[in-house]
Amino acid sequence: MKFITALLLTALLGFAAPLYFAWWSFAITSLVVALAIHQKPLRAFIAGFLGVFLLWALHAMFLDNANDHLLSGKVALILPLNGSYGLLIFITAFLGGLVSAFAALTGSFARGGIKH
Amino acid sequence: MRIVPFIISAVVTTVLIVALNTQLPVNGGKTPRLGYFLSPQKGFWKNAEPVDVSFNGDFKSDQLQGNASVYLDERLVPHVYADNEHDVFFIQGYLHAKFRLWQMDFQTYAAGGRLSEIMGDSANGTNFFKIDQFFRRLGMVYGAENSLKAIEADAETKAVCDAYTQGINAYINSLDESSYPLEYKLLDYKPEPWTNMKSSLFLKYMSWDLAGFEDDFEKTNAKSVFTKEQYNALYPYGRDSLDPINPKGTPFKMAGLNLAPPQQADSLYFNYKATVAPAGEQEKPNKNNGSNNWAVDSSKTKSGKPILCNDPHLGLNLPSLWYEMQITAPGFSAYGASFPGAPSIVIGFNDSCAWGFTNAGRDVRDYYEVKFKDSTMQEYWYNGEWRKAAMRDEIIKIKGKASDTEHIAMTVWGPVMYDMHYPDKLNTHKTYACRWKAHDASNELKTFYKLNYAKNYEDYLAAISTYQCPGQNMIFASKKGDIAIKQQGQFPAKWKGQGDFIMPGDDSTYAWRSYIPDSANLVMHNPTRGFVSSANQMPYDTSYPYYLGTDNYPLYRGFIVNRNLRSMQNITTDDMEQMQTSNYNVFAEIARPVLLKYLDQSNLGDDEKNYLNILKNWNLESNADEKGPTVFNVWWDSLMTTVYNDEFAQTTLPLVWPNESTLVDAILKDSAYLFADDITTTAKETIADDVNAAFKKAVVMLQKTEARSNLEWGKFKASGIRHLLRLPAFSRLNLVSGGGDHIINDYTQFHGPSWRMVVELTDKTNAYGIYPGGQEGNPGSKYYDSFINDWLVGKYYKLLFATKSEMEQQTNLKGKITFSKS
Repeated sequence: MKFITALLLTALLGFAAPLYFAWWSFAITSLVVALAIHQKPLRAFIAGFLGVFLLWALHAMFLDNANDHLLSGKVALILPLNGSYGLLIFITAFLGGLVSAFAALTGSFARGGIKH
Repeated sequence: MRIVPFIISAVVTTVLIVALNTQLPVNGGKTPRLGYFLSPQKGFWKNAEPVDVSFNGDFKSDQLQGNASVYLDERLVPHVYADNEHDVFFIQGYLHAKFRLWQMDFQTYAAGGRLSEIMGDSANGTNFFKIDQFFRRLGMVYGAENSLKAIEADAETKAVCDAYTQGINAYINSLDESSYPLEYKLLDYKPEPWTNMKSSLFLKYMSWDLAGFEDDFEKTNAKSVFTKEQYNALYPYGRDSLDPINPKGTPFKMAGLNLAPPQQADSLYFNYKATVAPAGEQEKPNKNNGSNNWAVDSSKTKSGKPILCNDPHLGLNLPSLWYEMQITAPGFSAYGASFPGAPSIVIGFNDSCAWGFTNAGRDVRDYYEVKFKDSTMQEYWYNGEWRKAAMRDEIIKIKGKASDTEHIAMTVWGPVMYDMHYPDKLNTHKTYACRWKAHDASNELKTFYKLNYAKNYEDYLAAISTYQCPGQNMIFASKKGDIAIKQQGQFPAKWKGQGDFIMPGDDSTYAWRSYIPDSANLVMHNPTRGFVSSANQMPYDTSYPYYLGTDNYPLYRGFIVNRNLRSMQNITTDDMEQMQTSNYNVFAEIARPVLLKYLDQSNLGDDEKNYLNILKNWNLESNADEKGPTVFNVWWDSLMTTVYNDEFAQTTLPLVWPNESTLVDAILKDSAYLFADDITTTAKETIADDVNAAFKKAVVMLQKTEARSNLEWGKFKASGIRHLLRLPAFSRLNLVSGGGDHIINDYTQFHGPSWRMVVELTDKTNAYGIYPGGQEGNPGSKYYDSFINDWLVGKYYKLLFATKSEMEQQTNLKGKITFSKS
């Protein structure tokens, strides 16, 4: 239950924060979620990862579908990912997830540190 | 204690964020800030425009003075209806920015020598710093400052520019980092506020593109390699086969001006075979920046009304140079192609008339060799005394590095372009000042602005009368039945040969003494032949009393345009579209018989016979699927090399390659051609020897081409339309298409008809047009390149020149934006 709550909160706040702040501001909210909902480091890490990974993947997929993959196909040539929009969406989501995961891990360790 | 893992993960998180928030070097370029770029909320995903996007909107601003509506039609062409002039140009600026902001901004960075600011000093093999230096030292900013003064000194154009700039800035102010155009995110910079100066810079860029061509250094070098006789044979003045814009035999008034060369010119200036010294690549506008325009009068058309046609040939880029729109305010409604970066419709029509342009191509950029007292460059020798030079400092900011300052000495001639800090292309280590017409204060916008309002022939003449640079062949047709053309511009009255070479800068008698009076810029109005036309050929024959410069004028498009128009009757807009997209190669019509006449056709191998038959059976249409044009072009190029390479190899410094027409004219006139002999052999070669040797070499190349399955002309030409950053992913490459040099459809590899327009001036205007691009500059939009496929096959769109109530009834609009005063 804690895991699901943390994941959803990570996603929700990870969406809300960049509306007002820099792209990476979700890292702060992911850390705060891990502080507030204490889980073991690995679980916090995974919840943090999945929260933003799923958020970014779904968001990118939504925009990409509405665009008929026009732009993703081109950007995936520049980056270069052989024109694969699927791979581009995965990399997008993975990088977002990774930042969030380490931020959550940091939060989990911080809370752990305070407790002991 | 979990303090150690806490610190480690905090550090990892921070490093990750910093790395994803930094531009990382890769392959000679830099990545975007990947975290920002990939963020679906901020980065490029936000530029992925939904394919079914609606452009409805409501914009309020206290800068607007009334109410206006914009209807975006099926092709995303906006039709603007404003109740006052200020608002119509405000909205034009707003829409240019909304659909083309990055391009407009980037073009002014290029024009103002500021690319290093956003690209760094070099990236992916392009030296941006060098390009910036070139434009600064040429005096682009200096010229734009001067012209801005002229634009702002005129109350009308100042008001128009102010409104236009306000509109652009209103759009820019609505943006944030998530809504910036894609290229800003890719290159990681931000849009800066627009200014009237940026419009002026953009117009100077067009001046550079259209009136920046010169080859004074190359020809000065040629003078050192060739004798006078050879020189004149390579670069002749005027041609027998010329069909000028104003027909041969047009009477001219004698020039009232002194056009005698300076006294010492024979020894100091026309000194063929003297010496100069290694060379570097220079920025040069494309010599093929040509165009066609023509208008036929009521006697020649089926409808009994004039038809005007124009297709300016320019570098084809994405986003396109042009943006199509209709703008309407009290007093006028104009439709056509506009420049994102400048107010008004540039090429188009209104309810009374139509107008268009081709480039005049006159040489208005010369160099003077200036002697400075010492390396501080404070004083230079002029008319027998030392004269003080002003110093202009231009600061080039460089991304990630310290700024550079270019100290440019300003002389009576103009800015010192080349000096010890910036060597000329002949590496003489001397100092050269540049005199360029585009340095002068002039207000070209006024012409476009007044044409938008023009009602008749007199209005047309008045609108173009103040126009100075770049010189243009300005064509006109009206519903009242008038057709007209005038080569308009302020052109220096040169003595014969003036400015072909670098001139002495210590003697005022070498200056441009005055300008050709406007009365000598002839206008052709309703000629009895029933048509007017231009295709960048010489405007007059060589009996024109003023010197027109040598050999920068293409011959054949003008020739075929006039030949077609002379014979055509009962013309319809369909006929005009077919002519505008015609791939007939009149140069090959003239040159093929020369090749065939001199070729020894006995003892040919199978491949040789095969290629010869392809050429013989070719219908002279340079269509994409024909092999004939490939064989012809390869053979002709090979002949040019065979004939001229030996003479041109006498110098390692840059020379000007002769025109193809020079060779064919020369062979037709005299089979014992001066350059036929290979000067590196003891034998005495003839033209026949050259044609046969060229054929053998051509066959080898054709075999290689065929092995790659590229013998069809469209594949061989490998045309494309490139993104301004030359990113293949944002470009359309390997487009299979016909056309080429000397052909009305002058589509070479990356140059071609940038806007094709046909306007029939019937009571209800009947107009067609297309450009190779799309209305949106965003590579993430389906409107980015939506016209290209139709353009390639020669299709046109019916142009919807509509009233507001007609637009209200349209059922396939892509959106309606209302503008009102808040």
